[in-house]
Amino acid sequence: MSRVPLPELPGRVPDSQSERRLTALRREAAQSGVVSGKGVLPQGAPFPQASPTTGYYGVPLLKEPQWHPEVPLYFFVGGAAGASAVIADMASWLGDDRELVRSARWIAAGGGALSSALLIKDLGVPSRFLNMLRVFKPLSPMSMGAWTLSAFSSVSAAAAFGNLMQEKLGPSIAIKIVENAAGLLATATGLVMASYTGVLIGATVIPVWNENVGTLPQHFAASGLNSAVSILELFGHDDSRALNLLGISASCYEVAEGALLESKRHRVNEPLRKGWSGAIVRAGGVLSGPVPLALRLAYAVSGNKKLRCAAAWSSVAGSLLTRFGWVHAGRASARDHRIPLELPENAPEVKKTSHQIGLQKPA
Amino acid sequence: MSTTAFLTDSTLCIGCKACEVACKEWNQLGEDGFEWSGNSYDNTMAVGHSTWRHVKFVENTPEIGRGGNSAEQLPAWGFSSDVCKHCEVAGCLESCPTGAIVRMEFGAVYIQPDICNGCAYCVVSCPFGVVEKNEDDGRAFKCTFCSDRQRAGLQPACAKACPTESIKFGQLEDLRREADERLKVLESRGVTDAVVYDPVETSVKGIHSLFLLRGDPRTYNLPPNPEVPTTYLKKAWQSAAVAAGAMLGATLLAFLGGKR
Repeated sequence: MSRVPLPELPGRVPDSQSERRLTALRREAAQSGVVSGKGVLPQGAPFPQASPTTGYYGVPLLKEPQWHPEVPLYFFVGGAAGASAVIADMASWLGDDRELVRSARWIAAGGGALSSALLIKDLGVPSRFLNMLRVFKPLSPMSMGAWTLSAFSSVSAAAAFGNLMQEKLGPSIAIKIVENAAGLLATATGLVMASYTGVLIGATVIPVWNENVGTLPQHFAASGLNSAVSILELFGHDDSRALNLLGISASCYEVAEGALLESKRHRVNEPLRKGWSGAIVRAGGVLSGPVPLALRLAYAVSGNKKLRCAAAWSSVAGSLLTRFGWVHAGRASARDHRIPLELPENAPEVKKTSHQIGLQKPA
Repeated sequence: MSTTAFLTDSTLCIGCKACEVACKEWNQLGEDGFEWSGNSYDNTMAVGHSTWRHVKFVENTPEIGRGGNSAEQLPAWGFSSDVCKHCEVAGCLESCPTGAIVRMEFGAVYIQPDICNGCAYCVVSCPFGVVEKNEDDGRAFKCTFCSDRQRAGLQPACAKACPTESIKFGQLEDLRREADERLKVLESRGVTDAVVYDPVETSVKGIHSLFLLRGDPRTYNLPPNPEVPTTYLKKAWQSAAVAAGAMLGATLLAFLGGKR
């Protein structure tokens, strides 16, 4: 609980309006035995209430997510790294651009390492991360994520190392086998890396998250793919036709997802539309959906690389904002006591606590 | 195997907060800040990492000409001591990635402090908003059901300290029966709005902290349909599988199409 300074008491001076009114009431009571009319309304009245229509003074029933900014940042980095591993493998099997394979392998490996660092930082005490690896628990998406990340960061590093060795030592069948095997494992775990974060937040009690559990993993995977493509392009691979096609498909999915979220107008999804969380989610949606889609299509027609570069920056920003927006929306959702209490749509908002009332200016 | 439970009877509670104090003393919990909430006489607001018992204060609106000291009138006060529900199917326990949260032999849901690593996933997995991470310490804490006392054959500190036996401690089945009997007694005295809060019909499958209250449990922030988040797992992983397949397919097609 955060500490707030105690409010100052409003001045009680004999000639203040409320005291004068009290004196008048006392006189009336003494003279006639009955007081007609309204008494003195306490400042800030009506007070918050505990009732079946307000819940317990409007105090949130659920606890807010207590993750630090490292966690949504990890959602972004892990998603981009996972998708990058998939791109590396496909480019290696189907493409002829060795440079692209090399960059994608290194982004996957770097992202894997950075992801681990971010999660360990969030825990505060680094050695505590090891406790994640004392059980393997399919029931817990967090456990699955910890194991997936451990595996992914190892195999993606191995694939990148294999790639480096091939470059330094020249073609070698043995090293190629190592790189390809590690690459396949990185693809398998990378697919999970890019999508499981949607499972992680979807399978919780936070209403706005579990309401959208059916599309969150897909949303996050598309966002991861979008950012992986864009990061690769920003690293200089802006002439690959495959990457532009991939960027177009990911942006298309984001457009559809955005439309779907906007079409669900019910109260549970309110944090995706209103307040700061709504602004961030919507900005993320626009920057990763329609904007890059339009820019990429324009690039495909005109061949102007500036357009493609702009699309890449937009996608990266959109993908980052999307993850922060969703975590932020989860906080806003946890604060809304009406949803877990199943209060009716028109349940009154509980406006203020009297802590705030005490700070109001005396009338 | 014995399954122990609490029955917190709010019709007997006098709002003295002895349970809160006894809990803090026994478990050596810190203060929770000195704030003025203005929400009746409750300045703690909710259970959290440093508050494992919490007395809720409800002021039922007094009507003009009613209330007062006449025994026949409805009392305006409602008190209820909130605590971890120790769910039969516990969201925190199922979601804990380290196995720090375990089920004790007498049915309690217990966070082993030496194993908890502070990932805070239990915080978003508790349908009752009980578990909280202590940001200074970095780990999550909640009611231990006085597991240490129970193993030594003692009853939990809150139940021991309760001066009106509003907090009853005993075998779950006995307390369920006792709650039903208490309802009948109350009804015979004209108290017809009393209910027992025990969500056995939901995915939580029942709780080890029963509550007997007057009126709608929502007044006391008790949710009508608490759901364990693992119920969403199937849908979530299905979506993830579709996502993985689509991603693989899209990348494959893009590189095949990009060759030309």
